[in-house]
Amino acid sequence: MALLWLRFALACYFIGLIYAFFALTRTSDLFSRIALHAASLGMVFHFVSLVELFLSGHVVWASVHNGESLLAFFSMTFFMIIYAVYQTTSPGVVVFPIVFFLTFVAAVDQQPVLLTAFVQHKGWLIAHIILIFTGYAALVLSFGASLLYLLQERRLKAKKPSSLISFLPALEVIDQIGYRSLLLGFPFMTLGLITGSVVAMSTYGYVDFKDPKILLSILMWAVYMIMVVTRWNSGWRGRRAAVLATCAFVAAIVAWAANYFSTIHRVAAS
Amino acid sequence: MRYQLIGVNHKSAPLEVRERLAIPESRLPDTCRDLTAHPGIEEGVIISTCNRVEVITHTANGAADLRGFLHEHFHLTAQDLDAHLYEFREKDAVRHVFRVASSLDSMVVGEAQILGQVKEAYATARAVGAVRGQLDQLFTRAFAVAKRVRSETAVGSSSVSIASVAVELAKKIFGTLQGKNVFIVGAGKMSELAARHLMAHGCGSIFVANRTYERAIGLAHKFNGQAIKFDDLYDNCDRADIVITSTGAPHAIFRREHGEQFLARRKNRPMFFIDIAVPRDVAPEMAKLDGIFAYDIDDLQQAVSSHVADRGKEAELAEAIIASEVENFKARFEARLHTLDVVPTIVSLQDHLETIRQTEIERVRGRMGPLTREQEMAVEALTRGIINKVMHTPITTLKTAARESEATTVIDVVRRLFNLHDKEKGPASQANREPSDDDLIDQA
Repeated sequence: MALLWLRFALACYFIGLIYAFFALTRTSDLFSRIALHAASLGMVFHFVSLVELFLSGHVVWASVHNGESLLAFFSMTFFMIIYAVYQTTSPGVVVFPIVFFLTFVAAVDQQPVLLTAFVQHKGWLIAHIILIFTGYAALVLSFGASLLYLLQERRLKAKKPSSLISFLPALEVIDQIGYRSLLLGFPFMTLGLITGSVVAMSTYGYVDFKDPKILLSILMWAVYMIMVVTRWNSGWRGRRAAVLATCAFVAAIVAWAANYFSTIHRVAAS
Repeated sequence: MRYQLIGVNHKSAPLEVRERLAIPESRLPDTCRDLTAHPGIEEGVIISTCNRVEVITHTANGAADLRGFLHEHFHLTAQDLDAHLYEFREKDAVRHVFRVASSLDSMVVGEAQILGQVKEAYATARAVGAVRGQLDQLFTRAFAVAKRVRSETAVGSSSVSIASVAVELAKKIFGTLQGKNVFIVGAGKMSELAARHLMAHGCGSIFVANRTYERAIGLAHKFNGQAIKFDDLYDNCDRADIVITSTGAPHAIFRREHGEQFLARRKNRPMFFIDIAVPRDVAPEMAKLDGIFAYDIDDLQQAVSSHVADRGKEAELAEAIIASEVENFKARFEARLHTLDVVPTIVSLQDHLETIRQTEIERVRGRMGPLTREQEMAVEALTRGIINKVMHTPITTLKTAARESEATTVIDVVRRLFNLHDKEKGPASQANREPSDDDLIDQA
């Protein structure tokens, strides 16, 4: 059943995906309202799916697909928070495709992929996953905002008022969305890595820093930290910030993909 | 109508070309003098604003070499300039002047500022003696037409000014303008207007820098702001989020290195430069910096173009007024030409009858001997009364005829009746008489 709800959610997110492409070429209040309602409904189905999975007792927190589903849900939650604060759906242009992709991957396959190692401290593991995914979701938003910032900056620099991308909010609003997501996500990411280390220590008795997953995770965190520090100190925005955000995002994806190569964070088909 | 006009405006020439033609206020009188000294040019007015440079002349034969004047004066070749020039003659020149004064040719159609600028240009030319009868009439009429357009159409109402466009753009950058600081560089009217709009939308503090510090103080006082010495401009400019600059400096005053300094001090928070100066105050290199958004006059025009379309109908109405006014002006001009023929005849007639009167009085005086003062006055009044009554009908007929095609015939008849043929060429008085518009107004 959980998978069915997730597929319902996927259908709703699909409308958001269409909106994302549509919004790149024209502005429509009606369509953005439809997309918003569809996304809200999708979140409800998504939430039901996650709760059902949890209640069924079949939940395997450390499965890749459940993780993707959870990350999609958190990303949507961030998107909704931003909408509540700034009354703008434009981050959806980036968030909706990512959420759709994550939900799609999670919804197509019923067979979860499991961590090979047996985990003793489930509480730490759950904390690790929730913290890390919250950090990821914030990173997705921050990445999205930096792309939108670039778009809006280009548009203002091009000085063409009737440009195609006219749905974007003011430059400083986009900047705030990105910066706040960044600030909010960083402690989650940091704590997520710390709890991950605790899980690794308790499971293996050591943390292997040569492991690709660990290395890439540290790299991602380092880029994340550089983003926060440069923004804090010199207020990096625009192109430079977008480059950093893209690096962090790519590092995050690579770190995620590293699950397939890691010895201690390894996943395999059950 | 030997009116000739040549010029460039925001539609015909890019800012780079207009910058090269811009004439600072201080040099305008001399340029007007140079213009009237140019062969074939009798009168001339030069309008030089950030959007246009136009030379309006009345010429000796309607074919003066105005392009030659521009090439010589601005040291530009035909290749540099001619592709951007427009030229109007006679009726078309009149229409263009009416359209400019009525703000139909403005970047922001309906904005009120242009009329003031045209009036200033006219006053400057008049002060140096470059305007006499012909341009005087043209400009006086143009001001009346502008007033009519403003009062009879809605072109000027809800005017999308540069200022409101600036506010809109500022909102696209900053979201809200609450608490944003504004810096005015060069205390002009346009910057003041833009600042007023920004303040009305919630902007916080205002700073003013001007080469004349007293003017900066005056303007700052109006906004309850702070005057900054021009030398301290670069040390303080980064305190503002929005900079409105409109100095008369011949070169850019904000260069790339300044932009880099500002951004470093502001931790890269964006800055919005509204550059309404021609030549531009913000160097294009600075505008390329991330975080610097600089809009010059041409960019602002792009931003307002969509709004201008909204006022198409009102503009059509205004164009119709202009068309009828041009016809009126032409008719009056032609009537005035006829009057030029009528007036000498009237003067001759008056002189002729006055001579008869004087002769007859002398003759009577000789016969009757010296008259008392009262008698003198009575004779004077009596004879004058008779002459005025005799002259009334022919003069009225002449004045009425001046407006019609039979003017020449009537003049001829009157001259024959009173035997004015010889006298017309003789008296110096008639040649010196300057006909006025009153000559045209019929006595009804």
